[in-house]
This record gives sequence, structure tokens and C-alpha cells, in this order.
Amino acid sequence: MSNIKSFFSKIGGKFKKSLKDKYLTYKALNKKDKLKWWFDFFINNAIYIIFAILIIYVEIFSITKGLSNTFLSFSSIIDILKKVAYSLFLALGVGGIIVLTGTDLSAGRILGLTMLISASLLQKPASDFANKMWPNMDTWPIILVILLVMTIGGIIGSFNGFCVAKFKLHPFIVTLSTQLIIYGVMLIYMMSGNNGGQPIAGLTDQYKEIVKGTIFIGDTAVPYYVFYAIIAVAIVWFIWNKTVMGKNMYAVGANPEAANVSGVNVTQTIILVFMLAGILYGFSGFIEAARVGSNNATSGANAELDAIAACVIGGVSFTGGTGKVSGIVLGVFLLQIIVIALQWLGVSSDLQYIVKGLIILVAVAIDMRKYLVRK
Amino acid sequence: MSQYILEMNDISKEFPGVKALDNVTLKIKPGTVHSLMGENGAGKSTLMKCLFGLYEKDSGEILLEGNLVDFHSSKQALDNGIAMVHQELNQVMTRDVMENIWLGRFLKNKAGIIEHKKLYEKTRKIFEELEIDIDPKMRISKLSISQRQMMEIAKAVSYNSKVIVFDEPSSSLTEVEVEHLFRIINNLKNRGCGIIYISHRMKEILEISDEVTVLRDGKWIATTAAKELTINTLIKQMVGRELTNVYPPKTNTPSEVILEVNNLTAQYVNLKDVSFTARKGEILGFAGLIGAGRTELLETIFAVATKKSGEIKLHGKTINNRNTTQSKKNGFALITEDRRLRGIFGVLDITENTAIANLNSYLKFKIYLQKKLMKKDTKWAVDAMRIKTPSQSTKIRSLSGGNQQKVILGRWLLTKPEVLMLDEPTRGIDVGAKYEIYQLMIDLANEGKTVLMVSSEMCELLGVCDRIIVMSNGRLAGEVNPQITTQEEIMALAAKYV
Repeated sequence: MSNIKSFFSKIGGKFKKSLKDKYLTYKALNKKDKLKWWFDFFINNAIYIIFAILIIYVEIFSITKGLSNTFLSFSSIIDILKKVAYSLFLALGVGGIIVLTGTDLSAGRILGLTMLISASLLQKPASDFANKMWPNMDTWPIILVILLVMTIGGIIGSFNGFCVAKFKLHPFIVTLSTQLIIYGVMLIYMMSGNNGGQPIAGLTDQYKEIVKGTIFIGDTAVPYYVFYAIIAVAIVWFIWNKTVMGKNMYAVGANPEAANVSGVNVTQTIILVFMLAGILYGFSGFIEAARVGSNNATSGANAELDAIAACVIGGVSFTGGTGKVSGIVLGVFLLQIIVIALQWLGVSSDLQYIVKGLIILVAVAIDMRKYLVRK
Repeated sequence: MSQYILEMNDISKEFPGVKALDNVTLKIKPGTVHSLMGENGAGKSTLMKCLFGLYEKDSGEILLEGNLVDFHSSKQALDNGIAMVHQELNQVMTRDVMENIWLGRFLKNKAGIIEHKKLYEKTRKIFEELEIDIDPKMRISKLSISQRQMMEIAKAVSYNSKVIVFDEPSSSLTEVEVEHLFRIINNLKNRGCGIIYISHRMKEILEISDEVTVLRDGKWIATTAAKELTINTLIKQMVGRELTNVYPPKTNTPSEVILEVNNLTAQYVNLKDVSFTARKGEILGFAGLIGAGRTELLETIFAVATKKSGEIKLHGKTINNRNTTQSKKNGFALITEDRRLRGIFGVLDITENTAIANLNSYLKFKIYLQKKLMKKDTKWAVDAMRIKTPSQSTKIRSLSGGNQQKVILGRWLLTKPEVLMLDEPTRGIDVGAKYEIYQLMIDLANEGKTVLMVSSEMCELLGVCDRIIVMSNGRLAGEVNPQITTQEEIMALAAKYV
């Protein structure tokens, strides 16, 4: 306990000192430079300032409306957290690929395929649910399904990575092709067995419980998948920062030629990053199938676009070699806050797309200023 | 009309924390070559960037033919007759020579359609005048670095420039090509152009210049007529102290043969049937013209380039390097020629740049990377190489070329290699840092490592190597002893198969 205390006081002390140093340098500036300091401050933090204003605005709006739960009440925050949680897996996967200067258009389809597979293997027995896809097959053990969809995701991801690394194709082209192939497979799968193109539903209670079961914090229910997302963030953070694969990933993203000459196995690194992404999509498919409840061929469509947007808002640069897990988490948060805030304000869903698009553009343009080399 | 074509008077420029330029004055007479010298970080590039409006100067004035000018972009400078041949070639690799030269100012007819024939003729005429033998329709990616350099010069000339700045034009050229470059410069000089020539190569500077201005730490030190200068006085002006020797004393003694390369031939690049041996504790130099196959030889040994046939033996054991990871494991290390493109990870910090080749040794339980060990090794590298950096978390791209090179050297020394291969290790590095790198090489040889060094600077090879192998057009042309050979002998060998 005292250890933790001293740790925090140490950090606190450091923070205080750096703040004091900053204040002293600021004080030493002349009037013109002070103005410039404020200008730089606003530009550098513009993205956060915009969001702070948005949040405050919606909060005031909800208070004046006299709603019992305001925008910043605990239950609303958990609501945002839930949306963040299920969007996170894809963003964490795509993030690594963007660090490699790539992109992944197949994320949404891999998610969709693994959703269909999870759902079809975990339907109620045929006696309870007449539309069961594979009526003669017993419901699988859940852990096997999780491993299966993660393996399928991992294999598709590795295939993407293999094509990128071995044939030197741009990930855009490779994943554009694989997402079409996967979509075809999804359509065929929907018609297989006893299903005949019906949405795959009627999931076992045990499956739903493991994903959507809740723990009460105060009197707000927090579903389990929020905790799975937190674990995923921790694992990805560990891989990116504490393993050889992570360091190699940054190196290959920053300069693949130099990485090769430094004895880094570039091919292997690229395949591993794509594989990790695929595994995350697969796990996400397991979560989403139960969360949504009814799964069809359009499941997961376009989900990769939100994931890519979140990464870019979070500062994962398309120029490669830069980006942090914390940035991705922040990016997903900001993106979800936009969506939910607009819903609170009662903006029509058509208009929401326009506003969302503009905000991403403006946010990233302002944020990019930080990374530009000034001349 | 003033006596000078270009005057830069009392230029000052301050960056946060550093005075990059402190009342620097540079005056260029028409029809002369004025060299600008100084160690890396002395302010040469900053001064040029102020001239071209890439940086805004804090104070001072620039006069072009007696008129006050203040450019805000390099385009403006070009339009007013000031052109620059950059050290780092920024060209559109996938387009042809002609398009690159006229980029941004294509000749168009009234309908706005580009007149390719006229452009071709104009390009050919300029090439003829400059005696450059390149087809204007050739793709840039098919040209050699020296040809691309020549093309840049032609581009500068095509603006009808009054003042042309050459930034380290000779750093990637061989001696024959440098002679050609000097012919071009003399040609421009006779037309009345003012030439600013920036280089680290002192011999060349004394040969080509009329006047030499030396900068040190952002300050103007001296402007002297070239014929009154010697290499020693120049060095004295540059470093502020007298370097008694440009090369450290050779204390290493080669012992038994440990590396044998037999009939090495590459699959795709130009390397045919090369055999040589190298001893423990030996510094073996490779001389030759650009394209002689020296880089290709090192890359084939290190498995960056694909081997077709031949055999590599280390300690009598046949080594089969199939990829760079294996080469590293087998005790080889390669420091590449093009630092920016193939050496550094610009956006990553010093620690990451140092540790990248040696990550497996920092693992705990085979999975967890221990930052503490990485920091410790990096600290060793920073201390041992005397790398000048504010901290370990500084991004490597903000260091000077010499310090970047030392980081890369440190990266490889951490892998404890037996054979260290250096490709142009001192290119674009200032005199002081060069000396330190030579010293490091000799220290490594003393520790029993074998050092293979490719260089286009002949003096450097003669100064630090125990033996020199000369290559020509992908083949071995001969071996010379640096103690008794002459530059003429090496040049003759280098041209053997051309």
C-alpha cells in the first residue's frame, strides 16, 4: 500500500514540477510569444477542446430538458462505454495494420463471417428452436466456438498478411479482394443446412449470458463484454509495447528496408500483425453475434470504416511507425461520443452521417498539424 | 551595379534554444566558385534555407545583383535566378528525365496541352551543352545515382540561373564523375554564374574554389582565397583546433584468415564470380566506381540480395545465409549506404533504433521485453560512440548524420558480430565525426573483428585499410596494398572491365 502511495506521490511530484517549469517558461515569454503560445495550445489540443465543448453543450442541453439521466450521468457513461467496448476489437486490430502503413477493408466481413459461425454453432437444440441451422448437430461447447472463430479470423488475417508480405501487394487491394470472397462465403453459408437464408437467431441462454450477462456497479448494469474489451486492450498494449513482435511492427512501419537490413523478419512481422488483427475480429464476431442476437449476411458490413476512422482520430498515422493503444481507445471513445451526442440532440440520422464525416475530417486535419514538419 | 552577384549580409536565425546563425555574411562574385565549409551543424544548410525562403531569417539582408530581395519559397528564388542542386535527391522516380526537369513549368500550347517535342529538344540541348549522356526519355528509376545527380544539375541550369548552389554534389560520385562535375562547374563559371559549393571534401574544394567561407557553430569564421589555403589551415578554421591527423594511428594487426568468399555470384544484381579472404582483426577496403558491385557484394553476403552461386565460409565452416535474420545469427552485420532510406527509423527514438537488431536478448520468459536492459544497452552505445543526443527518447531523425551513423553502428555492435560490413560509413559526415568512426573501426579490428569497408573516398581507404580490393563492373579487378599503391593504380584497376 505504501508502495502505491509513494508511486503516486512520485508521479504527482513530477507532474507538479513539469507544470511549474512550463509556467516559468511561459512567464518568461514576451507578449507576442505569449499570444503564439495560446494559439499553439488551442491548435495542438483543438480536437480535445472541440469534444469538451460538444460534451458540455449536450450536458447543458440535457439538464435544461429536465431529463432524469443527463449526458454525463453514470448510466449514460456506461452506455457510451458499452458502445466503445464492442467497437474496440476491430479498431485494435486495424490499428496495427495502419502502423504498418496498411489498411484492412476485410475487417467487417471477417467479423460478419465469424458472427454467423458463432451463432450457428450455439443455437438452441432443434426441439426448442425449429429453425436451427444444423438440426442434427449438438450445440458446441462455448470455449470451442471461441477458439474456432479466433482461429478462422487468424487464418484469414494470415492469408491477407501473406499476400501483402510475399507478393508485395498493397493491403488495400488484398483486403478488397478477400472481403468479396468472404462475403460470398457468408451468402453460401446462410443458405446451408436447414437455414435457407433466414437470419441466424435462437441462441442458447448460456451463450447470451456469457456475453451480455451483467455485473451491477451501483444500480447500473455493466455487461461482461465491457470487461472482455478491457482485457483485449491490455493484451494488445502488452504485445505492442513489450514484445519483439510489437517493436518489429513499429520498425517495419517506420522503415521496412531498414528493418530488413537490421535482421528483422519483415514477412513474418507483417503476417503476425495481420493474424493478430484477424484473431481480434474473430473474437469480436463471437461477442457481436450474441449482442445483436439475429445474424445475417449483412452483419459486420462497413464496420471496418468506423474502426479505421477511430484509429486515425486517435493519432495512428497512415505514414507508418506511429500510434499508441491509448490513442486508439481515445479515438473509439471520441467517435462514439459524437454519435451518441448527436442522438441526444435529436439530430436526424441522415444528418448524423454528414456531421460525423465533417467532424472526422476536421479533427484529423487539425490533429495532423502536430505531426507536420514545419518549414 | 555592385561587385557581387549575391550578398547575404549579417544574417541571423534563432531556433528555440539555439542560435543557428549569428551575423553570417556571404558574398559571391559573378563567375567564381565560392565554397561554404563547416562541420555538420555549423549552419551551412540553415544559411541556404534562409536564402531560399524555407526559413525566415530573423535579421540581415540579401542582395541579388544589388537589389534587396526576400524570398518566401524556393519557387520564388528559382524564378529570380537562384537554383540549388540538393544533396538528397527528391525526384519522381516513376516518371522520365524530361518530365522531372520541367516539372511545374511544362511548355504548353494555347489549348493547354503539353508540347513534348519542344521539351525533348530543350532538354537534349541542355544535356549537350553540359556533356551529359542521358536519354531525356529514360525513367528516373533506371538511372544511377550519379546520373540522377547530373540531371539535377541540368535542371538547375535550365532555369537560366545566375547563382547555383551545389549541396554536397560529389558525395555519391566517383572520381571520374567528379572530374565531369568540375568541367560542368567551370563551364557555368565561364558563363558568369556565381556558384556556391558546399562539400566536406577538402581536396575537391581547394581544387575547384576561388574563395572559401568557413562557418563554425553558426558564426562566420573566415573568407579566404582558395590558393592561400591548405587542408590543414582549412581544418583549423573549421574545428578551431589543429587536427594533427585526419586518420587515427593504425594499431590493429590482422591474424589468421576467418572469412572466405569463393566465386560469389548474385542472382539479380551485377556481381560475378567474386572471391576473397579476410583476416581476423583486419580492415579490408573495397574500392571501385559507382556500380562496380561493391554494395551488391556486401548485400549478397548479408542476404539482402539473392545469391545465385558461390560459397561463404566463416572459420572454415560453410555459411548459408538465406535471410537477414540468419546472417545476423551467423555473426554478420551490415551498415547500409543510404542512411535515411535504409538505416534509420526516423519516427522512432534512439532506444528503439539501437535495440532493434538485438531484441531477443532483452526477453524475459521468452516474451516480455525488459525496457531496463534496452536502456542500459542504449546508454552503453551512447557513451561508447559518444553520440550527442539530448536524451534516449529523442527521435533519431532530429540528430545529425554523424550521430545517426553512430547509433546504427551501436545497433550492430550490440549483436556482437564477427564480420562488420560498412557501406560508405562516413558519407555526409563532418571531419570530427569521421575521425571518431575511423577510430571505432580500428578499435573493433583490435578486438578481433573483421571489418569490410566500401568507400568512394580513396584517401579514406588508403588511410584506414590494411588491404584494398578493387572491383570493376561486378567483378574483382585486383588487390592493392595501401602502403605502396597510388590512386592512379586503383583508378586503372577500377576501369579494368568497364
